[in-house]
Amino acid sequence: MELVQLLISGISQGCVYGLIALGFVLIYKATEMVNFAQGDLMMLGAFIAFGFINVLGWPFLWGFLATLAVMGVVGATLERLLLRPMIGEPPFAVLMLTIGLGFILRAVAGAIWGYEDKTLSTPYGGGVARWGEISVGYENIAVVLGTLVLCVLVFVFFRKTRVGIAMQAASQNQLAAYYVGIPVKWIFALVWAMSAMISATAGILVAPLSLINPIMGFVGIKAFAAAIVGGFGSLPGAFLAGLMIGIVEQFAKHGLPSGLEGFSETTAYVILLIMLFIRPEGIFATMQRKKV
Amino acid sequence: MRFVLKTRYAQDVDFFKHNGQRFWYGLLGLFVFVAPFLLDDFYTGELSLVFIYAIAGIGLMLLVGYTGLVSLGHAAFLAIGAYAHAYFMTEGAPFMVSLIGATAVCVVIGAIVGIPSLRMTGIYLAVATLAFAQIVEKVLAHWESVTGGHRGMAVPEPEIFSWSLGTPRAFYFLVLLVLIGALFCALNLLRSPTGRAMIAIRDSEISAQAMGINLARVKTTSFAVSAGFTGLAGGLLAHKIGYLAPDAFTILISIQLLLMVVVGGLGSMHGVIYGAVFIGLLPQGIAFLRESLPAGIGQIPGLEPGIFGLILVLFLVYEPLGIFGRWIKIRLFFSEFPLYRKSTYKRQKSYLRTERVH
Repeated sequence: MELVQLLISGISQGCVYGLIALGFVLIYKATEMVNFAQGDLMMLGAFIAFGFINVLGWPFLWGFLATLAVMGVVGATLERLLLRPMIGEPPFAVLMLTIGLGFILRAVAGAIWGYEDKTLSTPYGGGVARWGEISVGYENIAVVLGTLVLCVLVFVFFRKTRVGIAMQAASQNQLAAYYVGIPVKWIFALVWAMSAMISATAGILVAPLSLINPIMGFVGIKAFAAAIVGGFGSLPGAFLAGLMIGIVEQFAKHGLPSGLEGFSETTAYVILLIMLFIRPEGIFATMQRKKV
Repeated sequence: MRFVLKTRYAQDVDFFKHNGQRFWYGLLGLFVFVAPFLLDDFYTGELSLVFIYAIAGIGLMLLVGYTGLVSLGHAAFLAIGAYAHAYFMTEGAPFMVSLIGATAVCVVIGAIVGIPSLRMTGIYLAVATLAFAQIVEKVLAHWESVTGGHRGMAVPEPEIFSWSLGTPRAFYFLVLLVLIGALFCALNLLRSPTGRAMIAIRDSEISAQAMGINLARVKTTSFAVSAGFTGLAGGLLAHKIGYLAPDAFTILISIQLLLMVVVGGLGSMHGVIYGAVFIGLLPQGIAFLRESLPAGIGQIPGLEPGIFGLILVLFLVYEPLGIFGRWIKIRLFFSEFPLYRKSTYKRQKSYLRTERVH
């Protein structure tokens, strides 16, 4: 029974990683940029939801939708102001830029909401579902369901819709996409808005599990590891790798000898390093090498 | 515009291109040797911290600015250098032996970390080094017999031949000499075949390989040397902070080191020095800013990392060549006065995926 319980908490934690990794992959797939501030966007989303729902006292659903709208605008604005001048720059510069952006977002959130832990009130908070000896919090179920729904939505969006395919084209070759009439600038702004909205959703889903504070975005680094293990740019890969890291982490926390439990925090990085040694291109390879 | 007529082959690899440079660098050298006698102990200490940053920056610059490999985990080498040095000294090793030993430890670990860099580039490598740094941080916190765990460990006073270097002025000269030595080594490395190979790899890995450069050897060397310099800086830093704790070497330090080389100007040793001065003086500047701003804004906690981030972003968007690049542009503007063209340093952009993979 204990194993099943561990597995369930691992899956729910893994879904959190997968969900944030989804945001990474979305931006990478469409713009070939790596957004290291994804975790901080999640943090910002959680804080904005806290502002609407707890401070202003809006109903949960309205607060959720308003957060999505605000974060969409934030994402598009960030793209317009900071990322658009960087189109065509080396990936390293963009990576550094988003790291800097993460610092700024953290400082802004800290200045507005302070550094004390906050709890988001949700209609499903605190409830527990039981099957025999196994008990699962409603929050965990919400995370798993939310992740599954978002994954399927994003996957279908990229495969079936015109905009999604235009995004893939823009990623392949920005100039050629421009020539065939794809509004590449709009596409990029849209991608950032979508990614910020996904992060906000992740933030709201995670908020009841881990408290809201400006440094909650650091979980994004583990999610980033998940995105790489999954083979950057692959949606199912990111999801699977997130799950794997979450589950292994829970088991490591439980199974490591006393005194060494702290090392369970490094599970994600150990998995990442092993993966990079054995199969650097990830579970589902999407990166290509230049052939001469 | 100054044109240097080259009459000897040795001029091609000379440290100083013309007598003007010799004069100004001589003046700078004179100034840094006189400085501790003019400044009080606090500023002497701050200046030695700037020099320590510069030594670490030399290491990172060789890797990021010259070989084109990004490391987000250099704080780990700083930490390993600091802990190894403190450990050797508490075990009774003399100062110089211990410092060299700590550097050697970092070189070996750097070479090991460098091996996977053959198979990864760009983001992948950055994240792999990040993962390495996170693991090192945990190991330092848990390996209590050596590092003292979370309790931390005290660093003994530095002394050479029973001559104490504990005073700020003596320590300043120690750090200054190490910095000059490190700069000399780095510049020498860069004009050697290995250094040229590093630059070739940065510019295009594929053409470097086609020219017969052994990628594996050069990349691993670059990693090892870079880790060595950073470890050396770590050993000196241990004396500067006096008491080591694992939370002194977080990912923020790695990013601060990267900020230093980016703000200074990637791909130049001048950039390292500018960046180190910038990073060293920034906390003072922010403290000053806090006092002069109205109380409501000045007292916000966590202002400092925010300003770090803001500066990084502004530099990347508006001046990716860093402080040194800006200086070059200003100099060119005046030397070509009415004819300066804004597009001289226009950034090359690449819009195709195939162009970006190289």
